[in-house]
Amino acid sequence: MQGLDLEYMLGLVPVILGYVPLTLGMAAAAMVLALVLAALLAVERVFRVAWLDWAVVLFISFFRGTPLLVQLFLFYYGLPQVLSVLTSIDGVTAAIMGLTLHFSAYMAETIRAAILGVDRSQWEAAQSIGMTQSQMMRRIILPQAARVAAPTLVNYFIDMIKGTSLAFTLGVTEMMGAAQKEAAGSFLYFEAFLVVALIYWAMVELLSQGQAWLETQLNKAYAR
Amino acid sequence: MISIRGLSKSFNGTAVLDGIDLDIAAGERVVVIGPSGTGKSTLLRSLNFLDRPEEGLIRIGDVMLDAADASNAEILALRRRTAFVFQNYALFANRTAKENIMEALVTVQGVPKPDAERRALDVLAETGLADKADSYPASLSGGQQQRVGIGRAMALGAELMLFDEPTSALDPEWVGEVLDLMRRVAEHRQTMLIVTHEMQFAREIADRVLFMEGGRIVEQGPPEQIFGAPRDPRLQRFLKRLSQ
Repeated sequence: MQGLDLEYMLGLVPVILGYVPLTLGMAAAAMVLALVLAALLAVERVFRVAWLDWAVVLFISFFRGTPLLVQLFLFYYGLPQVLSVLTSIDGVTAAIMGLTLHFSAYMAETIRAAILGVDRSQWEAAQSIGMTQSQMMRRIILPQAARVAAPTLVNYFIDMIKGTSLAFTLGVTEMMGAAQKEAAGSFLYFEAFLVVALIYWAMVELLSQGQAWLETQLNKAYAR
Repeated sequence: MISIRGLSKSFNGTAVLDGIDLDIAAGERVVVIGPSGTGKSTLLRSLNFLDRPEEGLIRIGDVMLDAADASNAEILALRRRTAFVFQNYALFANRTAKENIMEALVTVQGVPKPDAERRALDVLAETGLADKADSYPASLSGGQQQRVGIGRAMALGAELMLFDEPTSALDPEWVGEVLDLMRRVAEHRQTMLIVTHEMQFAREIADRVLFMEGGRIVEQGPPEQIFGAPRDPRLQRFLKRLSQ
């Protein structure tokens, strides 16, 4: 076995780091969209709007029940054959769409459970002062549910960051794609992918620090 | 002026409220007493639609609704004429004491924030909790939380304040301060409907006492009559049990 070509690896780091904004950008965009969608899905599941409920149940079931990679291929390679509007969709957009839909299904269940965990007294107090349902949800129930759901949601964000590497399979040159290209020239596959792995790892570690900070912030109101 | 006619509600086929008729004059303080499970709390909760009555007419000020087919808009209007004080305080856990009081003013009544804040600080001063304005409920004692709960209800300027056993969940050491605050509320000639087991307090604060059993108002009158010369045998039995 040959030793690692450390010099090559060090030289590769700035190249791969150059793709971090794209990776984080895709993950952040998908996270924001997924949070909004998941909150809507969760609220629907809590209130069970009659004509909508079965559609939401089906949506969640499908996107939890099929692999992300299969969903991405369906969107990027499959749908444009059926819907001509989508022919112009690029890999980045398709990846963001896929990540959004996939993770919103998981996050909806997390948020739903958190909403149902908010104490009954909070709902009654909001109703008693004459709040509308949407005021009650926005100002009282969802903020309290967010605190409970936050650790799990951050875990999904971490999964999402790692999930962006699948955009590579849609022809997007992100961290993984860049490493692949570099390695194809140098034949140093192990070094190239190790650099990618280490950079992912470092990003997730940094995020975990942020997670701890966020939890402290969210728990401030509940300290005795 | 509050008027209730034929208010009825049942849980699983058992009538909890059995055609309640009740008029309350502006500024009147009415205390509801009676054994557990006789519909006292349900009566209060029905007036706020926390429990939905099946039948009956409710009129509070200019809002009048028929429970059988009340619309969401009517229910909101009714809730905005009433203020509710809960047994378990039910303060918003994600809001400070001050924000708990401001919440309804800003969100529901549309009061500008600076005005709402001034009002909240005034109310907190009146409840003796000026120094707790920025404390979250979790860091307050039970008595303090309930005083904020009463403050939240006071700030609404509601036509009717409903108190659902406000001292029942409190450690004995905190009961006195909450009752003191309720006396102060009463001094403002606030219309109050109070469910309580504090008979001494009822005797002292009430203009009228209602005795409920089996979902009905069995006997009512001024406290001297209810406590001094009860007529209905069920009320006599209830008072006798209490004094034992």
